[in-house]
Amino acid sequence: MIKLDSKIPSGPLSEKWEKYKTGLKLVSPANRKKLDVIVVGTGLAGASAASSLGELGYNVKVFCFQDTPRRAHSVAAQGGINAAKNYKNDGDSIYRLFLDTIKGGDYRAREANVYRAAEVSNQVIDHYTALGVPFAHDYGGMLDTRSFGGVQVSRTFYAKGQTGQQCLLGTYSSLSRQVNKGTVTMYSRKEMVDLVIIDGKARGIISRNLVTGELERYSAHAVVLATGGYGTVFYLSTLALGSNPMAAWVSHKKGALFANPSFIQIHPTSVPVLNEYQSKLTLMSESLRNDGRVWVPKQKNDKRHPNEIPEEERDYYLERQYPAYGNLVPRDVGSRAAKERCDAGYGVGDTGLAVYLDFKDAIKKQGKKAIENKYGNLFEMYEKISGIIPYDEPMRIYPAGHYTMGGLWVDYNLMTTIPGLYAIGESNFSDHGANRLGANSLMQCSGDGYFILPYTIADYLADDIATSKIPTDTPEFEKAEKAVNERIERLVNIKGNETATSYHRKLGKILWDYCGMIRNEEGIKKGAKLLKELEEDFYKNLIIPGTGAELNQELEKALRVETFFEIGQLMCQDALNRKESCGAHFREESQTETGETLRKDEEYAYVAAWEFKGEGKEHELHKEPLNFEFVELKQRSYK
Amino acid sequence: MKVTLKIWRQKNAKAKGRFVKYKLENVSPEMSFLEMLDYLNEQLIKSGEDPVVFDHDCREGICGACGLYINGRPHGPEKRTTTCELHMRSFKDGGTIVIEPWRSKAFPVIKDLMVDRTALDEIIRSGGYISVNTGSAPEANSIPVGKHLSDKAFDAAECIGCGACVAACKNSSAMLFVAAKVSQMAFLPHGKPEAADRVQSMVKKADVLGFGGCSNTYSCEHDCPKGIPVEFIAKMNREFFKAKVCKQKVE
Repeated sequence: MIKLDSKIPSGPLSEKWEKYKTGLKLVSPANRKKLDVIVVGTGLAGASAASSLGELGYNVKVFCFQDTPRRAHSVAAQGGINAAKNYKNDGDSIYRLFLDTIKGGDYRAREANVYRAAEVSNQVIDHYTALGVPFAHDYGGMLDTRSFGGVQVSRTFYAKGQTGQQCLLGTYSSLSRQVNKGTVTMYSRKEMVDLVIIDGKARGIISRNLVTGELERYSAHAVVLATGGYGTVFYLSTLALGSNPMAAWVSHKKGALFANPSFIQIHPTSVPVLNEYQSKLTLMSESLRNDGRVWVPKQKNDKRHPNEIPEEERDYYLERQYPAYGNLVPRDVGSRAAKERCDAGYGVGDTGLAVYLDFKDAIKKQGKKAIENKYGNLFEMYEKISGIIPYDEPMRIYPAGHYTMGGLWVDYNLMTTIPGLYAIGESNFSDHGANRLGANSLMQCSGDGYFILPYTIADYLADDIATSKIPTDTPEFEKAEKAVNERIERLVNIKGNETATSYHRKLGKILWDYCGMIRNEEGIKKGAKLLKELEEDFYKNLIIPGTGAELNQELEKALRVETFFEIGQLMCQDALNRKESCGAHFREESQTETGETLRKDEEYAYVAAWEFKGEGKEHELHKEPLNFEFVELKQRSYK
Repeated sequence: MKVTLKIWRQKNAKAKGRFVKYKLENVSPEMSFLEMLDYLNEQLIKSGEDPVVFDHDCREGICGACGLYINGRPHGPEKRTTTCELHMRSFKDGGTIVIEPWRSKAFPVIKDLMVDRTALDEIIRSGGYISVNTGSAPEANSIPVGKHLSDKAFDAAECIGCGACVAACKNSSAMLFVAAKVSQMAFLPHGKPEAADRVQSMVKKADVLGFGGCSNTYSCEHDCPKGIPVEFIAKMNREFFKAKVCKQKVE
């Protein structure tokens, strides 16, 4: 019987972490080098954790499926990273950042975790700056900031539209330094395919060598997952094609609870789908909404060129509906508003599934040069994809699957329900509630890896200093490897005629239609049923050329698609269970008169943590009540 | 659109490779180049053939994973464009497209169009960082950085580590790659303390790994998908010279 203990310390909000930290056990420098830690994933969370642990002297093994750690998808984050520095003197503070995040997440995140993320945010900026991350500076040599959605202060630090890239290369450089020193061993082109548990503790992983196809065993005293989210469940998303939740999912099946799986953020500003072979939706940063104005024609099916539509015939619907926040409403609100306009027949472009994001006024006011300075690379990117020059006519945008607030359930130590297994960054569920605010992702990933995990993991490892190296020739490793082999054999031997990608595309469409931006009971049930049928077909008709014992990109895809079928099913179950609307989870049955999300706090102010009970069996729901000690729950309003 | 593809197929690092011709019909000009290859692979798989192996990930021009030598140019015909950002509208209907992997001794072929670029990681490991431990950084605004310097550092830091500069150079030189990192850190006050050691270690490492010397043909700048200019190589040379004059030793 699993009992959820969030381990949230008592006391005033602002003192919780400081006090808790001082009570945590330490590991002496001499003992650290005897302790092995596996880190899976090399994005901001993984690389920062691995390098920090390496600096402390632990023996770290870090894994990525890409050819080099610098490819991790944090690299694609564009707009910025939040911190409560209050450099703009506009009333920002740690408390304000905490409050905005709690509110933005529609009161479905833990107060203590969110406050801590806000608290360490300033240190994150200090650290990146010292690492040589070239954040934008103003003429006086001080760091510049800009505004982002869902807030009324300017707290977002940025490096043009490539903040994620610059932060990632910063963490990659410190990771490289530790690899050079020998504290960290880097394993590239290796994908975690199973978790190994010995005597109830996470003690290692099975990884597949993506070059040779061999299964390999690695052991450690603790395992840290920094494997990102599962937004690629929709197939078309803003994520990298390789991004996938397999590591988290196999851990879930070994006993780690999965929390709020249906909380998926649909980002409002992505380049729309242009053709049927499309493999990816490219994000256009939220920062564009600082200067871009979103509109659709006031007339339905208006086929005129956007530049020919006069001002009075344009509906700036965000400014009209949400005068206080205007174009800078949070992502969930912006996405639904775009879908609503398009569904009502006001959409633009060939498909009618797009709205305009217009820079005409900003260019007129600030000049083309200023806009180019801020968004040059994004405009260029847009032009390459669509062939349209956004300086001359508005961009066309549409919402796309982006970020998963849901993830592995973790306690205040970032430990999952499996002792010794940690989940950090997007792979856990803890900080963003039902909707993440822009630029909070880089903040949380970095905070987890640099300033939280290194403290909390020591508390666990302190009890393990007498445990010698974990051998890999044990029955537990044997059994795990055998199971993976069987999984692979099963897939390779289907020998049907449909590719993994074709299944992925279909399953993504089902989830997008029935468990996407807007959901209702009937639809979710239908989606779950269609998904089940497609899954059965997958095990009958999948085709994988070659074998498991070689470089086989089709097998890699198939293993991931297998995971998506299962996680998709749990998404539906979670969405069905939560008969309220909150943040990105919009149940049609629960909305206000004006069509906004309507929460039901008495019934649903909890974290839904799901336990895997065995193949073919129903997941069991565990509830972690969310106790709001410091914040008053309110109906979110951005009007 | 119809296209004829001539693709380099090579079973593994040791096998001998060869060009194989594929005819592809119903290609949409809206497809990205990699989506066109996906489309080819879909057909190969269904007809029982081995699909073409290539590296890719973000498909939005930022991760640096993709990199194909297309019609004799790294990342194909468009300037400042990665392979994944390239679209079929850049090619002629009925034309032939030759696709090869990166060609460099330092980047051995793994299979087909996939190469091993670990050497670039090794160059970074040899000194492409600022040695600051987590927790020891001063307040971010305590060291002012002029806007022109942070902008310059950013321009250099845009490198995505794809290796196109190496593939473009007749000497397989990684100088643009090294120069981008050296310059980024040399522009910033935070990178100054280690500047001399950094440039010497990185240049030396590139030599040891089998990358050639700068050919001075500027082909790296021309084919860099991020438009990193060769002026950074000049900056690196100055940094290198400065380090030598100051006689700072490398361990």
